[in-house]
Amino acid sequence: MRKSISKMSKQIGVLIFFILVAFGANAQNTVTGKVTDSKTGNGIPGVTVTVKGTKTATQTDASGNFSIAASPTSTLVFTSAGYTPKDVAVASQSFLNVSMEVSAEKLNEVVVVAYGTRRKQDLTSAITSVSSKDFQKGFIPSSEQLLQGKVAGLQITSGGGAAGGGSTIRIRGGASLNASNDPLIVIDGVPVDNNNLPGSANLLNTINPNDIESMSVLKDASATALYGSRASNGVIIVTTKKGTKGKVRFNFNTNLSIGAIDKEVKVLSADEIRNIINTNAAATGNNTFKKLLGAANTNWQDQIYQKAFGNDNNLSASGSIKNIPFRVSLGYLNQDGILKTDHFDRYSSSLNLSPDFFDNHLSINLNVKYSSTNNRFADQGAVGSAVAFDPTQPVYDATHGSRWGGYYEWLQPGTTLPIDLASRNPLALLELRHNTSSVNRLIGNVQLDYKLHFFPDLHLQANIGIDDDRGSGNDNRDSIMATDYKTFGRYSYYKQSKQNTIYEFSLFYTKNIESIKSHVDVLLLHGYQDFLTNVYNYPSFGQNGDTIANSVPTHPNKGINGQLPADKPEYRLESYLGRLNYSYDNRYFLTASVRRDASSKFSPATRIGYFPAVSVAWKLNEDFFRTSTVIRELKLRGSWGITGQQDIGGTGGSFNPIYPYLPVYSYSNSAAEYQFGSVYYNYLRPGAYDPNIKWETTTTSNIGLDFGFLNNRISGSLDFYDKKTKDLLSPVNQAPGQNFDITIVTNIGNLESKGFEFVLNTTPVKTKNLSWDFGFNVAYNNVKITNLGPQVNSIPQSNISGGTGNQIGIFAVGYAPYTFNVYQQIYDSKTGKPIEGLYEDRNRDGTVSAADEYYYKKPAPDILLGVNTQLNYKKWSLGLAAHGSFGNYLYNNYNSNNGVLRIIKNPINVIGNASVNYLTTGFANNQYLSDYYIENASFLRLDNINIGYNLGKVFKNSSLRLNANVQNVFVITKYSGLDPENSDPHGVDNNIYPRPRIFSLGANLDF
Amino acid sequence: MINKTFKYILFSGVLSLAVGSCAKKLNLYPENDLTPDKVYSTPAGYKSVLAKIYGGLASGGNQGPAGQPDISGGLDEGSQIAYIRPFFNCEELPTDEAVVAWNDQTIQDYHNLSFTSADPFLKGMYARPMYNITLANEYLRNSTDDAVAAHGITGADAASIKSSRSEVRFLRAFNYWIMMDLFGKSTFITEANVVGGPLPKEIQRADLFNYIVGELKAIDGDLAPVKTIEYGRVDQGAEWALLARIYLNAEVYTGTPKYDSAIIYASKVIGGGYSLQPSYAQLFMADNDKRKDEFMFAVPIDGLHTQGYGNTTFFAHAASGDEATKDYGVTGGGWYGYRATSGLVNLFADKTGGTDSRAMFTTSKYETSPSQMLINDISNFDQGPHVKKWVNIRSDGKPTDDPTGYFADIDFPVFRLSEMYLIYAEATLRGGAGGDKVKALNYVNLIRARAYGGTSSGQITMNDLTLQFILDERGRELYWEGHRRTDLIRYGLLTTGTYLWPWKGGVASGTAVDSKYNLFPIPASVLQSNPNLTQNPGYN
Repeated sequence: MRKSISKMSKQIGVLIFFILVAFGANAQNTVTGKVTDSKTGNGIPGVTVTVKGTKTATQTDASGNFSIAASPTSTLVFTSAGYTPKDVAVASQSFLNVSMEVSAEKLNEVVVVAYGTRRKQDLTSAITSVSSKDFQKGFIPSSEQLLQGKVAGLQITSGGGAAGGGSTIRIRGGASLNASNDPLIVIDGVPVDNNNLPGSANLLNTINPNDIESMSVLKDASATALYGSRASNGVIIVTTKKGTKGKVRFNFNTNLSIGAIDKEVKVLSADEIRNIINTNAAATGNNTFKKLLGAANTNWQDQIYQKAFGNDNNLSASGSIKNIPFRVSLGYLNQDGILKTDHFDRYSSSLNLSPDFFDNHLSINLNVKYSSTNNRFADQGAVGSAVAFDPTQPVYDATHGSRWGGYYEWLQPGTTLPIDLASRNPLALLELRHNTSSVNRLIGNVQLDYKLHFFPDLHLQANIGIDDDRGSGNDNRDSIMATDYKTFGRYSYYKQSKQNTIYEFSLFYTKNIESIKSHVDVLLLHGYQDFLTNVYNYPSFGQNGDTIANSVPTHPNKGINGQLPADKPEYRLESYLGRLNYSYDNRYFLTASVRRDASSKFSPATRIGYFPAVSVAWKLNEDFFRTSTVIRELKLRGSWGITGQQDIGGTGGSFNPIYPYLPVYSYSNSAAEYQFGSVYYNYLRPGAYDPNIKWETTTTSNIGLDFGFLNNRISGSLDFYDKKTKDLLSPVNQAPGQNFDITIVTNIGNLESKGFEFVLNTTPVKTKNLSWDFGFNVAYNNVKITNLGPQVNSIPQSNISGGTGNQIGIFAVGYAPYTFNVYQQIYDSKTGKPIEGLYEDRNRDGTVSAADEYYYKKPAPDILLGVNTQLNYKKWSLGLAAHGSFGNYLYNNYNSNNGVLRIIKNPINVIGNASVNYLTTGFANNQYLSDYYIENASFLRLDNINIGYNLGKVFKNSSLRLNANVQNVFVITKYSGLDPENSDPHGVDNNIYPRPRIFSLGANLDF
Repeated sequence: MINKTFKYILFSGVLSLAVGSCAKKLNLYPENDLTPDKVYSTPAGYKSVLAKIYGGLASGGNQGPAGQPDISGGLDEGSQIAYIRPFFNCEELPTDEAVVAWNDQTIQDYHNLSFTSADPFLKGMYARPMYNITLANEYLRNSTDDAVAAHGITGADAASIKSSRSEVRFLRAFNYWIMMDLFGKSTFITEANVVGGPLPKEIQRADLFNYIVGELKAIDGDLAPVKTIEYGRVDQGAEWALLARIYLNAEVYTGTPKYDSAIIYASKVIGGGYSLQPSYAQLFMADNDKRKDEFMFAVPIDGLHTQGYGNTTFFAHAASGDEATKDYGVTGGGWYGYRATSGLVNLFADKTGGTDSRAMFTTSKYETSPSQMLINDISNFDQGPHVKKWVNIRSDGKPTDDPTGYFADIDFPVFRLSEMYLIYAEATLRGGAGGDKVKALNYVNLIRARAYGGTSSGQITMNDLTLQFILDERGRELYWEGHRRTDLIRYGLLTTGTYLWPWKGGVASGTAVDSKYNLFPIPASVLQSNPNLTQNPGYN
């Protein structure tokens, strides 16, 4: 009925218009015509037709027809949301056929936001949505990497090149110190637990990237506050592809890839080692090491790396059967790592059903995603071992036969037993260890939306979902391995599972009040989310069948041989949420929300937190540039809100981050017991706790401007933000004797970050055959600790390799987290070389002590950059994507630990290999805390070159596209280490698993 | 009609689900960890907490060999927060008895006598005794007669818990003694200080002395008589031995000598029924629990049940290099770390061990030749005499408990009869009332007779029995057992120029250092976290 009223009023309007024209505009001709879509040829209703320079205007009817009074010399302007505006001179034509093109950036584009969707042009907060067509291209096994370089202020850093490996994700640098800085990830309405499961390199690799339709990155508090207590670090909403109404269509795509190591770590050659040892022996008269030299020339890095093959195949079908839209997909991915024995494969499937019932009053959206991943983890210790192992020794050593699998190992003199503290043969680490796991993950949810029959403005909604992860694995080390010979190898089985469930019920009211040009919608929600982990315990065995002593679980609840979980950590959240969206005349927008969360992690007195947010937007273009064809979009946004954090980190001690407010005692294992007489008793240890612990909260303010010029061929946005976190959940020193540890996590201190983000997307060339798009985003972020509590100015951080307990970084008031705390190296003024052990006495007290350390640089970048460009010529396309990071520094722990004579002439009487950095410094002993090793790790990486060719229709109703890709093309940097891009927040570089360069070929067939 | 029915079903269904889920609770408790009311509901719970208080001297955490440290804060579980190894570092590394080759953080500052309040090893050393005291207080709060009765524990179980309170008070006093000896003053907490309560107060060294002595005397009647309690637990003998040790050092601790009392308590131990074991070497071997008749208290360590890198496993590994398997009984090679300076070795006229069996320096490879004794480079483990006192080898030749041969079975004797003989002799020579020089000479000669294989070739005369001789004899008898720093301070030799040893003060030939190094600094982080505390003189 409403529809017919509006139709009637439109017709009446047209009629009145005609009457007016007929009576009033006799000096002008009546021009009629039809506006059609340039692609479909269908008429476009509702196009505004204006006589340029006048106030005369009309709209097209349902078929796209219009009629307007205009003189032959005038020009008509055609505008419609979603289409590129067009000017047409009337001239002598009386009937105009106007064809309009869909605008490059569809203004009606819908963006997935927290608990709903919004038109992009109506957004009031800082949200960037990336749809599948803009995802990073190439061979991408893990979904977060689709966003690499695509979103301003989003930093995605893969941990390295491991098959199926994960990434560190930071939105605007994170908001916490010790608590997690990972954003919340919501998959089709289910906020997932991002903590890893044993056996999984990365839980995000269980989602097939091919099933993803779009990813929305929520950055400011107004966008994220709807997720309340877990939203401080931003939110990424992943939306998978849905079924569409209509004929069933199929898609098959396949991708073949080959990866290879791009660059090896520069180490000394066998001859260089022989030369150093022989020279040193001649000088000292000590031939201990000379006698250990071998005659081989082994490049250990060549031994451990391989060419890595991968293939990725996906088949999907979508359409509707009996009016039920569906989409199903199957995927199989198979990937080798470049480290020998490293392997990952994934079988994935997904199902989406989205039927409507009762005249569309009840709509159901069912999503089920199931994946099974299998890993064989290569021992990544081989990476470090290969750069440190003596190149004068052979890979295989016939002299002790097959005792250690035939591999060369360092043995204690006069015995056949290995030296414990020596490096192990890198190849043996890979080939004699069989570490496999499988992880099965089911994410399923059903969303019901019931529009009340008697009051259709009101919807009842429910979202019930589960995220069920099960991981198990076998880590088997052969008895001939030199690492575990004492226990005749080590055979370990492990298992863990998680069941996270969500129940949400909401009332959604939406109303267009045309009389006051207003649109209102209100959401009220009540929900529970439960996070349950099941930990199973199993002892390890030697190959001889003996149980390995300290691996036996001694807790009274042993889980009965793995039949039952031995431990079940669990936490739960209860939430209430209210949100109001109001818009006036499509010009002014307001969103206000408040969420109340209660968490089982906090005591009844502190567990409730309120997270309010408000945001406004003003479409300046509607007020000032309504008819401008230059300025299509100009919107000012402002937001403010509070978000929370309850993802508490541990201290490494007895403090339990799942039950941090409770006094609890825990049992020791069988290797920590005390002997009374002849009986051993295991310990019951009280854990440190804080009865008053509560939420960490972040207050974010954001001002933004969205713009689109010249038919949106230039568009973008600019955002400024300020984030202040208080009550940081940080490790805090406790006075000895005050608690059951000297460190607990509690609320202390403040952190502040400020920054801006600028995004620009342009289409410099757009012709029928040739188009060129170019876009970039740049983000600046400055973070510093503003308070660490009343008594503390600094807390040492960032353990490094080498020595025991050495730390290179610090939390200090006034500085960025993990700022390096080092001695200032003194250099030889003639040679420019650092002088061993000589540091600046900065406080001039006559001795160099810890008081002379100073704060120098930091690991977090100042500026992040993403660049994308795409060139289309007829059926060809060429795309490039790059990202960069500037102002970030790394501690080159590899050089500090391995660039010394002590590593070559190892005091445990073995020879090792050193970094070529030793040739520069000539250091005899490690100078771990020298600022010499802090290096600028700014970089620009060309992630991807992609060439595509669209064959179009290859046979009936099918189309085929082919593409070729190179990933990780090159890196520009001054950093002397292997790779400046490092996911370690502490900025300590110990040589990551190298990121391979990958070449791939793909085909995509629609049929 | 169907629609209408459906509507109501749907509506009420959604509502009931929404309401039903409200019943879920937010008060969640761990599955395995126990709340205090459960812990103290059974005698076994009390016993496991008691084991933890003792275990604070044996383990670094709740998981052997490492992984769940008692004390976090970025400290290393083996080298910084256990008891035996960190205490050894404090007592031995600053002296002539030990020097380390590693460059772990500030470890070299110990021998260089240049430690600062920023030292992470000292942060751990301050935390460990205080942690053990916090545990003891928790137990004392939960084991009062009323608390035990409230949990329904009665009869023999209740009596056993009651008597364990005196052991816990002993352990608390023992941990306070460590604080008093190393840091002088201490954070002071008793069972009245609850977790999360007001910041603890500071206690001065002399007040702490009185508190410890008072506690030890107060529990004398409650502790089990000598040798009547299970091995690994403390009885009256341990209490007397600790009193004797504290009184010997009373002048250092309080400014007032108490040699009379030292003689009284040393005599009580000597008369308590202990006996010197025939073989000195066997006191430090993997089956040294068999020598318990010489120990007033030993911390039992087992290769399967008490695994750790901070207990006696450390001794056998750190003191050895490639001779580890053969001479020290640990597989996989040594840690190439700790050895002695010539200062210790030169206390022995015959360095070979051929006459005085306690000179356990030479091994098949490392001699005590002048060139081996010379340390040009601290970081070179090949330089300096190796110490083969703690070995993970059984005297009966049987295999040790850990089949991998890695973790040691060597128990750590806290008090031995020899120390009591030497306390008696020194206190007597220093003029303590009630001392008998003849007895003193006899006691010293008992020790030396055992050292010289039961022969009289090492016997001394009354003329030989000087204070310097006793200090040297303590070096020979008690080296690497955690006494040397305290001894050198009592003799005024730790920081002064009177006695120099290689690399004292960081100089190859040795040098005097500031007298502030007679006390360790209060760690800066401790001062930061508790403004009630003050720094020791000379440190900042």
